[in-house]
Amino acid sequence: MNPSAMVGDVPVVAVDAISKVFDGPPQVVALKASTFEIGRGEFVAVTGPSGSGKTTLLSLLGLLDSPTLGHYFLNGLDVAGLSDSDRAGARAHQIGFVFQAFHLIGHRTVVENVELGLLYQGISKRERQRRALEVIGQVGLTSRQGGLCSQLSGGEKQRVAIARAVVRQPALLLCDEPTGNLDTESSNVVLNLLQQLHSGGLTVVVITHNPIVAASAKRNLRISDGVLSELGEHLS
Amino acid sequence: MTIRRSKFGWRDTVTESLSAIAQRPVRAMLTALGTLLGVGAFVATIGLAETARAQVSSRFDALKATEVRIEDAAPDGTNPFPDDVSQRLQRLNGINHAGIRFTLPDNGTLQPRTTASRLDSRRTMIPVIGAQPGALLAALPIVHVGRLYDDFHERRAERVAIVGRAAAVQLGLTRVDNQPAVFINDIAYTVIGILDEVRRSPDLLLAIVIPVSSATRDFRTNGATYSVLIDTQPGAAQLAGAQAPRALRPDNPQRLQALVPQDPKLLRNQVSSDVTNLFLALSGLALLIGTIAIANATLLNVIDRRGEIGLRRALGAKRSHIGRQITVEAALVGVVAGVAGASVGVICVVAFSATHGWTTTIAFSNILAAPAIGLVTGAIAGLIPAVRASRTPPADTLRG
Repeated sequence: MNPSAMVGDVPVVAVDAISKVFDGPPQVVALKASTFEIGRGEFVAVTGPSGSGKTTLLSLLGLLDSPTLGHYFLNGLDVAGLSDSDRAGARAHQIGFVFQAFHLIGHRTVVENVELGLLYQGISKRERQRRALEVIGQVGLTSRQGGLCSQLSGGEKQRVAIARAVVRQPALLLCDEPTGNLDTESSNVVLNLLQQLHSGGLTVVVITHNPIVAASAKRNLRISDGVLSELGEHLS
Repeated sequence: MTIRRSKFGWRDTVTESLSAIAQRPVRAMLTALGTLLGVGAFVATIGLAETARAQVSSRFDALKATEVRIEDAAPDGTNPFPDDVSQRLQRLNGINHAGIRFTLPDNGTLQPRTTASRLDSRRTMIPVIGAQPGALLAALPIVHVGRLYDDFHERRAERVAIVGRAAAVQLGLTRVDNQPAVFINDIAYTVIGILDEVRRSPDLLLAIVIPVSSATRDFRTNGATYSVLIDTQPGAAQLAGAQAPRALRPDNPQRLQALVPQDPKLLRNQVSSDVTNLFLALSGLALLIGTIAIANATLLNVIDRRGEIGLRRALGAKRSHIGRQITVEAALVGVVAGVAGASVGVICVVAFSATHGWTTTIAFSNILAAPAIGLVTGAIAGLIPAVRASRTPPADTLRG
């Protein structure tokens, strides 16, 4: 944890004895009681072997799933027990996602895909377009803004996905293997982009197998068999 | 900190739905096919029913529904009608022709014959009918040769006769320019016309028809059954039947009985209602199939789009937003199917009418209703897929 990021500030993420159990059969404990905080502006990498619970952790942090036990404070608000509707609201306004498989809508243009990030915020079409074009410029895709996403390279697709995530100005950016489907060159471009966003003050959590990505993060968490630890230190 | 709500307006919902439909146009068209057929069948059914109703109307009105008969309610062998039947009834609205007619009682004394009779006149039982010119015209006759007698002949009790086609054959009559005579009880009547056809009262074709005034002067009429035949304008038969007895016998209208055809409107509505109900049932079946087709295709679509739905949930869509979008997509497919179905239905009606020489009659409101039916059908079809889509767990669909 970076203590300096916590000074005089509420942590973006504060998790208290959170756990996730999937009902069976067989019953699977995907995440054992874990407690940790992520301060505003941190860049955290979560590593671990396949099936260790990384994606489950990301789903819980991203409010895509509810914990079985424990509390989760997002920007100081306990969101573990929120209704589905309120969790959707929190996702729409506070959390950005970047996925390994990009999850773009191929038959739509770059601008339209980035605009999707603002679709559920109640913003006018004109404003959505203005913001989308601005962010597309930041990720270096202005020349491709009118092109269909299905015609982009993998690296470009991931940059569009990042643009879609950050256009909503989230408090927390969650990335699930953002370089998992990319070649080295594209991975470097994406990594540099994430570092730029972090430098701009964005809180970034990256789940990765890539040691280069993990090394570029300021803080590393490791998860194994549902147990979360920090740089070898057990967190519970 | 408070939670800001997720918002997804109707305008965005429709835009996103249209975009999703445009993504798979061929699938959307195939999905719409069932509803298209259903709506098309509906419009065609209504249109054909309306068009056919107009045709049924014209045919009923032209023949059956324009005929009224007034009979003696208490026949005693005497004439219950006044002599000026035609003049009295012509004063009523909607009556074209009217007149008395009766068949002369024949105990074998009439023995109609001509000099050219092919059959033994003693065995020939050709009936002799006394008919006023109005009754003759009310039978809607077509003259083969010669002419009909008229009020002049009636007024002067002229001995003239019209012979029906079949009777003319028996009497050996083929022409009238030589002023042939037919002898009735040895009284000579000049044949001035031969009937080729009558559209009502076909017994005239088998008979010799003479003026009522001549018949009552020359022959015994006791025991004859008198009636009045009336030809009305379309739609006037019911009124004529109600008014005629009082016009003819204001002193004793109960003496007369009007025989009017069934109200053509009721008959027409009954017939067309039966046909329409049958076709509407078939349309409903087609719509049901269309609904199931849309539901099935939308469900497959939802399964195909699990990733996109998960993404939308991750971006902040509520379950209701997802459900609404899927429902609107299905409803829009239904609207497109409704518009196309209405077009197909109208084309069918126009084509059918053209081949039958009918005038196409379709209420514009029925055409406008087609897209609405499509919309409702699509929306209903989209409900189950919408619920399924809204329950898609986002975490599962976004892995990998």
